[in-house]
Amino acid sequence: MLLGKVFSKPEKTKMYYRKIISEINSLGINSMWIVVIISLFVGAVITIQTDYNIENPLLPRYLIGVSVRDMLFLEFSSTMVALILAGKVGSSISSELGTMRITEQIDALEIMGINSASYLILPKIIAAMFFFPFLTTLSALVGISGGYLVALLTNITTPQEYIFGIQYVFYPFYYTYSLKKMIVFAFIITSVSAYHGYYAEGSSLEVGKSSTRAVVQSCIFILMFNLILTKLILQ
Amino acid sequence: MIEVRNISKSFGDVKVLDDISVTFEKGMTNLVIGKSGSGKTVLLKSIVGLHEVDEGEILYDNRAFNKMNFKEKKEIRKEIGMLFQGAALFDSLTVEENVRYPLDMFTDQSYEEKRERVDFCLKRVNIENSNKLFPSELSGGMRKRVGIARAISLNPRYLFCDEPNSGLDPQTAILIDALIKEITLEYDTTTIVNTHDMNSVMEIGDKVVFIYEGIKCWEGSKNDILTSTNKYLNDFVFANNLAKQIKIKANETN
Repeated sequence: MLLGKVFSKPEKTKMYYRKIISEINSLGINSMWIVVIISLFVGAVITIQTDYNIENPLLPRYLIGVSVRDMLFLEFSSTMVALILAGKVGSSISSELGTMRITEQIDALEIMGINSASYLILPKIIAAMFFFPFLTTLSALVGISGGYLVALLTNITTPQEYIFGIQYVFYPFYYTYSLKKMIVFAFIITSVSAYHGYYAEGSSLEVGKSSTRAVVQSCIFILMFNLILTKLILQ
Repeated sequence: MIEVRNISKSFGDVKVLDDISVTFEKGMTNLVIGKSGSGKTVLLKSIVGLHEVDEGEILYDNRAFNKMNFKEKKEIRKEIGMLFQGAALFDSLTVEENVRYPLDMFTDQSYEEKRERVDFCLKRVNIENSNKLFPSELSGGMRKRVGIARAISLNPRYLFCDEPNSGLDPQTAILIDALIKEITLEYDTTTIVNTHDMNSVMEIGDKVVFIYEGIKCWEGSKNDILTSTNKYLNDFVFANNLAKQIKIKANETN
């Protein structure tokens, strides 16, 4: 029912356009730093762990680069980044809408004759579905750079071997698979969180609880849809 | 004029409004009074359509509001201004943006025209040089005044105020009351004010409706209150010693 209200015709397209730009900034651009930091360290750690697990001297060292690339594209930059964003963006959406609900700001919009669900939630969904795939790309690039730094600063593998591995038998399909998953996850994060915030009731304590529920449910849905999408797309 | 005919509203098994009928007159400040939890806010929110009533009719100048579809209701809502208990200003917007918001949404005015209107509304509620402040930087009284400025930005025909004086000191409360009264006369609005502040009743109450446990228990003018024999009304209005003294004096005079 809420989604029905959300996807109804906007009152004034110009205002929605402005709101989408502002949401891209608050949900997307403001999340770049956390994605960069986590991806950099995870890329570095995957490099070290892959080296640790390649014990056979017959296996070529460039496999480290291959593993880092595939792990990032197939799982980390979409699913793990989505779980991180569910925590950061999901709680922010839920608490923002919840606070607006209990301080009667949503009622104020309704009384003005504005479809509050559409005006508040649709720009968030559009902004996230548009911008989160960029975060996936950024995460993969920064993660690979993290691995490169390890190759450069340690004797685990040489930078040349690492770069060769990154380029070795690359399927662009892995990248599009990752982007497709992230678009679905973006929808899940924003819609589930918005639902919990929009229907929050009572006091600030309840807003906190709905925020927690939003994050937990978003994470569960992300993991469920990760399995479903992987099955559908990869097999 | 707003007419409420036989409206009832329940939440689960709890009946919050029970067969209420009342007419709120145009160009007058109509006050709804009653204890906390008596159903005043539910009545107000039912009239503006935030709650769907279970039974009855709500007529805005003979237009059956609660029977309308979303589009028709939207047209009426453009004629409504509402001041909420906590002012309900949008936290992420400045004072100027808050007041301009209805103009942005519903008019095709140029930026200059809108700014002029915003300045006029803010001046009208005696707020100047605060355009760029955020709601969190305002005092309770200022927030209420900005709320009134936003409510009048589209020249409303109907003005609703939910507990406009809650959390305000007596002097600021009198200023807010005076502002509501002035705006009612100036814009010739049908104004409905929810309150349990007896000062407001005596200051601006052209018509007073008393709600007791979801039932309309009494209605009349503010002067009628002093001579009323309604037990529930008397218990509510003359709960404190000062009010009791006023009642005794009024009876002596009569």
